[in-house]
Amino acid sequence: MSSLINSIDFPYVLGALIKVVIFWITIMIICAYAVYAERRVLAVIQNRLGPNRVGWQGLLQPFADLIKFIFKEDIIPMSVNRALYVCAPIISLVPAMMVLIVYPFGPDNLPLPGGEFLTQTINDLTTKLGLGWNVDLRSVNLHVTHFNVGILYIFAMTGLGVYGIVVAGWASNSKYSLLGGLRSSAQMVSYELGLSLSVVAVLLMAGTLDLTEIVRQQSGWGGMRWNIFGGTSAGEGLKSLAMAIPAIIAFFIYLISAIAETNRVPFDLPEAETELVAGFHTEYSALKFALFFIAEYVNMTTVSVLATSLFLGGWNGPFINVFPWLGPIYFLGKVFFFLFLYIWLRGTLPRLRYDQLMNFGWKFLLPAALFNIALAATIAVLVY
Amino acid sequence: MEQFAQIQVSHLFFLAFASLAVVAAFNVILQRNPIYSAIGLIVVMCSLAGLFLTLSAEFIAAIQIIVYAGAIMVLFVFVIMLLNIREEDAKADRQKYLKFLAVPLFLALIGVVMAALKTIGNPAASSNVPGTVENVAEGMFTNYLLPFEATSVLILMAIVGSMFLARRESAEDTNEIETALNAANQPTAVEESSEEEVHA
Repeated sequence: MSSLINSIDFPYVLGALIKVVIFWITIMIICAYAVYAERRVLAVIQNRLGPNRVGWQGLLQPFADLIKFIFKEDIIPMSVNRALYVCAPIISLVPAMMVLIVYPFGPDNLPLPGGEFLTQTINDLTTKLGLGWNVDLRSVNLHVTHFNVGILYIFAMTGLGVYGIVVAGWASNSKYSLLGGLRSSAQMVSYELGLSLSVVAVLLMAGTLDLTEIVRQQSGWGGMRWNIFGGTSAGEGLKSLAMAIPAIIAFFIYLISAIAETNRVPFDLPEAETELVAGFHTEYSALKFALFFIAEYVNMTTVSVLATSLFLGGWNGPFINVFPWLGPIYFLGKVFFFLFLYIWLRGTLPRLRYDQLMNFGWKFLLPAALFNIALAATIAVLVY
Repeated sequence: MEQFAQIQVSHLFFLAFASLAVVAAFNVILQRNPIYSAIGLIVVMCSLAGLFLTLSAEFIAAIQIIVYAGAIMVLFVFVIMLLNIREEDAKADRQKYLKFLAVPLFLALIGVVMAALKTIGNPAASSNVPGTVENVAEGMFTNYLLPFEATSVLILMAIVGSMFLARRESAEDTNEIETALNAANQPTAVEESSEEEVHA
């Protein structure tokens, strides 16, 4: 069994676990306050106050909601398929969470304050214990891992999330839930095409599928070498303009598909209140409903992260070379912008009709994305 | 016990994914309820992706999940839900003689797999090239270009064939739907048709 223990790189595994926990807490807090922000911003748009009682300006509202969700009675209706009914929220949440290991929160080799001391302490301690680790905490990478197929991994995991909704719709044994689940599966399969094809234009510019590498390529030119400004050729006049055109088209196709993919207004057909009560989660209450809710917000964060990293330069921004810790701030700021955009759209746009949704996805977005790939490829060949 | 002395984490991952795949595969064929079978098949696809990862074929693993678990199985589940197939009808009579074929066919399959294993050997040991996007693309567009293109033609034929079959049977229905949709796109017609539905 010694070979088994030797084959595990304990410092690496521990470091990855610590990072996962930190990032998970970050994402959970972002999601909790996205819900709060949604309620407050919608209230402003609709000329009312919104939740402002729990804590200063209602800032403790997410925790109050969470406690309420935990202590509410957990109802399982009589006629549901018990096993699948219980599993569905988990199927929905787990793939959504698994994506966060490839989030590029910040630049590589960030100097960690107090890192010298930590490195010394841990190495001394493990030497005394006879483990002899050689860790280096003087600088950290703000991503858990990165691999050759990072973007495909994200698409694979978000694609699995649809089963949570479909299974919930089927297991609830209710016509509203079933219709919601059916709509959701059709919608997500349709818009996944537009989503993945729009990304191809960026991949043609970057030449890699590794998310951290794509973000790294966008640094330089004062931190503004973002893909929508022409990527690696940004700031080179006509050349950057030519590369910017397909990137901007791809950005908008991506944005529309991403909103549809996360079932948000104006594409929230799976949970259309006026037609389907609450759609696929009609029969869910208490913590199970909360899990669906969290999964939806984590998915929103994921597509925002992807939009930020692929099109808006990720952690890149002005003065990034001078103050590297601005990286995570820029990154989160851009993600917050997209989350705000979601809320803004929800307060502004009406819901599409189902046939309009399908027509738009198949007859406009898909051809537009295909055309954009051809355009991007042509321009890339001409420019480089 | 000597073999156990060489065990590594990747072997444990292999065991976990392989046993999960086998259990889920049995679930696919033993369940009477088609939706359980479909979910079993999804689990098989995901554990196969895990197995590809242990062979450091990360691109194939991602594609396995995206294409099979993410797209094809969604359509399976969609159809099962749309037709609302609750329990498989008892068709034991119709398949009375098939079960006598099952045993010899199963043995034949085992024989083929054993023969194949002897000739291939250990796939992980024979190739040290990681299955990255670049390597897969290079193989697909150089050495294996002809099979790749032939497969695309095959898939295209399947698409055209299914479109033809679907359209021929439901040509009249399609016309009806199209006229109804055209009528619905005119604002006055919408109210009329919805009123008709209410009266009906």
